[in-house]
Amino acid sequence: MTWDWSAVREFMPHFWDGLLVTLQALVLGSLISFSLGLVWALLMRTPTRWVRWPVGVVTEFVRNTPLLVQLFFLFYVLPEWGLTFSALTTGVFAIGLHYSTYTMQVYRAGIEAVPAGQWEAATALSLPARRTWFAVILPQAVRRVVPPLGNYVISMLKDTPILVSITVLEMLGQARLFSQQHFQFTEPLTVIGVAFVVISYLASLLLRTLERRLVR
Amino acid sequence: MSVDTSKQPSTTDTAATELIRLAGVTKRFGGNTVLDGLDLAVQTGRHVTLIGPSGSGKTTILRLLMTLAEPDSGTITVDGQRLFPASEKERREVRKQIGMVFQQFNLFPNMTVLRNITEAPVTVLGLPKDEAEARARDLLDLVGLADKCDAKPTQLSGGQQQRVAIARALAMRPKVLLLDEVTSALDPELVAGVLDVLRDIARSTDITMLCVTHEMNFARDISDQVLMFDAGRVIEAGPPERIFSEPEHERTREFLGAVL
Repeated sequence: MTWDWSAVREFMPHFWDGLLVTLQALVLGSLISFSLGLVWALLMRTPTRWVRWPVGVVTEFVRNTPLLVQLFFLFYVLPEWGLTFSALTTGVFAIGLHYSTYTMQVYRAGIEAVPAGQWEAATALSLPARRTWFAVILPQAVRRVVPPLGNYVISMLKDTPILVSITVLEMLGQARLFSQQHFQFTEPLTVIGVAFVVISYLASLLLRTLERRLVR
Repeated sequence: MSVDTSKQPSTTDTAATELIRLAGVTKRFGGNTVLDGLDLAVQTGRHVTLIGPSGSGKTTILRLLMTLAEPDSGTITVDGQRLFPASEKERREVRKQIGMVFQQFNLFPNMTVLRNITEAPVTVLGLPKDEAEARARDLLDLVGLADKCDAKPTQLSGGQQQRVAIARALAMRPKVLLLDEVTSALDPELVAGVLDVLRDIARSTDITMLCVTHEMNFARDISDQVLMFDAGRVIEAGPPERIFSEPEHERTREFLGAVL
C-alpha cells in the first residue's frame, strides 16, 4: 500500500462538496433537535395528561428505534403517502427528530435543576407563566444544558455518514464514490477521517467558548 | 372548625379595616397536620410577628397567603377578596397585592439587580420602563444599594441580596409584605443591615407585615402584635411588650426561655 498524494489532490474538489453537505446536515440537524427537543420538554410539563401522554409515547418510540430504520422509513414510506422530499431534507429531518428525543431529556434535567425558589419568587411577583419560562427559568436552564447538548452535536456529526444509505453525498458518500471510480480507498477515507476529527475539535472549542460566556 | 374559642386567645378582632382573614384553615403534609383549623385576622397596617418552634406552621401561613401552597380546608380572604377557595383568576388578582421576601433571597441570577426589581412592575403592572427604573432606583436608595444597579446578584453579599429582594417585593407596591425568616441564611454581621432596612419600612410606610422570625429583638422592635404558634394553633397573642415580659402560656415561656 502506498500513499498517493495525487489521489488526494484529485479527491479534494469532491471532498469540499461532501464537507458542505455534512456541515449542512449537522447544523440543520442540530437546530431541529435543539428546538424540537425544547418543544417536547415543555409539552411534557403541561398539566394536561392528554398532551403529556402522546408526546411521551412518540418520543420514547423514536428514542428506542434505530436512526437507520427511521431514515429508511421516512425516505421510502413517506413518498407512498405522497410526501416527497429530497434525500438531504429527509436525512436532516430524521437526524433532527431522532436527536430531539435525547435533547428533550437534557432540557428536562436543566429545567429541573433550577431551584424551586426561582419558581416561588416568580409566583410571588405574579409573573405570568410565559414570562416565568422565558425570562427566569429557561435562561438559567440554558447554561446547564450547553455542555450536554454539545456532546450530542459531536454525536450527530458522527452519525451523518448514515445518510449515505439514502443516497446523500456527504463526506463518506463522496469518498465511497471516488474510491469506486478510482480504486483508491486509502486516501479519500483518510482525508474524511481527519476531517471528522477536525470538525469535532473545532465544534468542541466553540462550545467551550459558549459555555464560558454563559456561565458568567 | 376545631378551634376552642374559650381557650383560644382572641386574634380575630372584627374591625372594619381587617385586611387578612383565615378561617378554619387546615393544612396537612402527609399524615402531619401543620395547621389545625386556624382562625386568624390581621388588620391593615399591622406588623405581626409569628413566633414558635419550627414545624409549628408559621411559614406555612405565609406560603398559603402567597399561594405557594393550598390549604386542605378553610377559607382565606385578603382585602375582602377570596384567595381560597377561589378561581385561578381571582387568586391572580389577590396575589398582586402581596409581596414576599424569602429566606434564601431567590433573586433571579440571570438578571441585573435593576432588572430584578423592574421585571414584575413592567410585565405585570404594565409600568413604562423608565418609570419602573426610576422607582427601582429610589428603592435601591432606600435599602442603601444605589450603586449596585448593574451588578449581578452573585456579585453581592447575602445581606445585600436580601436588601435587593426587599426592594423587589416593594416595587410591586403590595398591601401586604410577607417576611419568611429573612435573616436566617445570613452571616451574623450582615443581619443588622437587613433589619435596619425593614425597621425603616415598618416605620415609614403603612404596609401590613407578616413576619416569621427567630430574631426576638427584631420582633420586639417592629411588631405591634406577636402570635405564638404551637402545633398548628395560635396559643398566645398580644403586644410584644407583654408576650416577651410576661408570657401567659407555659409553652411560650419555654420557647422564649430557649431562644432569648
